Amino acid sequence: MAVADDIDRPTMGEAPGGGSRRRRLHFARIPLHVAVIGLALLWSIPTIALVVSSFRTPEEIAGSGWWNAIKTPFDWTLANYDAVLSQRGLARAFLNSIIITAPASTITILVAAFAAYAFAWMRFPGRNLLLLVLVGLLVVPLQMTLIPVLRLYVALSVDVEVPLLGGKLFGTSSYPGIWLAHGAYGLPFAVYLLRNFFGGLPRDLIEAALLDGATDMQVFFRIVLPLSMPALAALAIFDFLWTWNDLLVALVFLGDPNLAPMTLRIANLVSSFGASYQVLTAAAFVSMAVPLVVFFALQRYFVQGILAGSVKG
Amino acid sequence: MVGRRWWVPWLWLAPALILVGVFLLYPSIDTFRRSLLDARSQDFVGLDNYRFIIENPQPLVSDTHVALWNNFLWLFVFTALTVPFGLVLAVLTGRVRYEALAKSAIFIPMAISFVAAAVIWRFMYEFNADIGTANAVTTQLGGEPTAWLQDKHSPLSFVTDAGPDNLPGPLQLNNFSLIIVGTWMWTGFAMVVLSAGLKGISSEILEAARVDGGNEWQIFWRIIIPILSPTIVVVATTLVIQALKKFDLVWVMTGGRFDTDVVATLFFKEAFVIRDFGVGAALAVVLLMWVVPVMVISIRRFQFQEETR
Repeated sequence: MAVADDIDRPTMGEAPGGGSRRRRLHFARIPLHVAVIGLALLWSIPTIALVVSSFRTPEEIAGSGWWNAIKTPFDWTLANYDAVLSQRGLARAFLNSIIITAPASTITILVAAFAAYAFAWMRFPGRNLLLLVLVGLLVVPLQMTLIPVLRLYVALSVDVEVPLLGGKLFGTSSYPGIWLAHGAYGLPFAVYLLRNFFGGLPRDLIEAALLDGATDMQVFFRIVLPLSMPALAALAIFDFLWTWNDLLVALVFLGDPNLAPMTLRIANLVSSFGASYQVLTAAAFVSMAVPLVVFFALQRYFVQGILAGSVKG
Repeated sequence: MVGRRWWVPWLWLAPALILVGVFLLYPSIDTFRRSLLDARSQDFVGLDNYRFIIENPQPLVSDTHVALWNNFLWLFVFTALTVPFGLVLAVLTGRVRYEALAKSAIFIPMAISFVAAAVIWRFMYEFNADIGTANAVTTQLGGEPTAWLQDKHSPLSFVTDAGPDNLPGPLQLNNFSLIIVGTWMWTGFAMVVLSAGLKGISSEILEAARVDGGNEWQIFWRIIIPILSPTIVVVATTLVIQALKKFDLVWVMTGGRFDTDVVATLFFKEAFVIRDFGVGAALAVVLLMWVVPVMVISIRRFQFQEETR
């Protein structure tokens, strides 16, 4: 490329802003490119190792490094995925992850949106105090809540088998139980994020609508929610990934292995199978597939969610 | 504002208040109470559970000192690694045309679960140098294969030489191996937030500094870092909270064996394996205590933002 020509050119004494200066900068940028590409590769290697290995036979995984497989990409096999999905209950665990995550995230977003509207556009005594409590709760470790909630669930357990879904009607090892727990644990962040976004909507628009006789419900559904789609999308992605990737809550509240989500099932595979990587690599990649698709399809919203939660006020 | 009946706001808030009350507020207070009761939450035992944590009477079953020390190590090393990595990557990626692609590569680990990351890195850390990438590199460079997740030796040989090396050292290699995985996952977060902060710095300021003869190094330290410092504080506090609550990663990678327990994993063992709710609750309270300074900072910041809205 043009870079090669620049090496021989004298760079001393060039006037600033001249064409040669630009070429010199171009040459000076080589270490930058090496650093950026090198770090990006370094960060990708662990994931690539896992993905490549998941397509190799057990003998190959145990016998030679994953880097050897890159030379022979045509010998790859889907046998590990077949084994994992058909034999190890991973298909059911995948379904469980969806059954747990979708309603839990819906609860969080719906409940948080109503509360955020009240915080942003209604006046009531104690509003600021409640907001401060909420901001404080953002950082409370989940561990503070687990023992009492578990005791509560044991006490309130409704031992009736739910048809189709499986699990009990309520309590530990029940889907409604973990929906409510996840739904509640996501709330402080969700209310905080949405309230900040709702509060930033044009005041004139909302007050004019209310003065014209629109009810709060109409303003909420016809003005606030449609205008807040970016924030709602960011929150939805965030909360979805947070719940999908959770291990701790599932570990505490889902005793029944038939209800276990992917994370819990894989964690158990790690402890029971140790180093049988043909199972683990394929299982881990299946669990990563959904977050990766969500991430690549909606990366912009995901990044916005992070920024809204941590930078903006 | 528009006139509403007094109870209307409370109706809108009710579902959130009930859920937060039942699942966060009431349990937090109840955990305080249980930390003063015995293992079955029946008899009052005063501060015995806290004394258990301080005196560490059963180091073989649940080593509270190791867990407390490791939490401190996580807090400090994890944050001290992740923030500079994120900052350097934010600065570097912002200067190339394939910024989005490079950022994606760094950011992907943020989207996957700690469980998946644990599987990925157990494979990286595999002892067999024919399979494990870390040991393949080590042996290529002429080193010996290392048991990254089991080895309690200090990576700094002078620390190891200072004492008997079969005792758990204060700076164990395996803890650093775990912290590196955490850094791998969270650097993307630091990078994205700091990069947004960088983009907010007006190009005129930077250009003025360049015209005045400042080199890139001086501009970085004397202009970018001071302007970015509020954002750096936000990133660091988020990472501190993450470091303190770290559970999944340690639980799946080592299960707390080889003296890698942190407070969050020890809490889980005490509360749900040994079923000592007293010590478990006390450990949760200890975790909360670590978080309180961050809580104060974030509430202050929130109040400041509200005043300046």
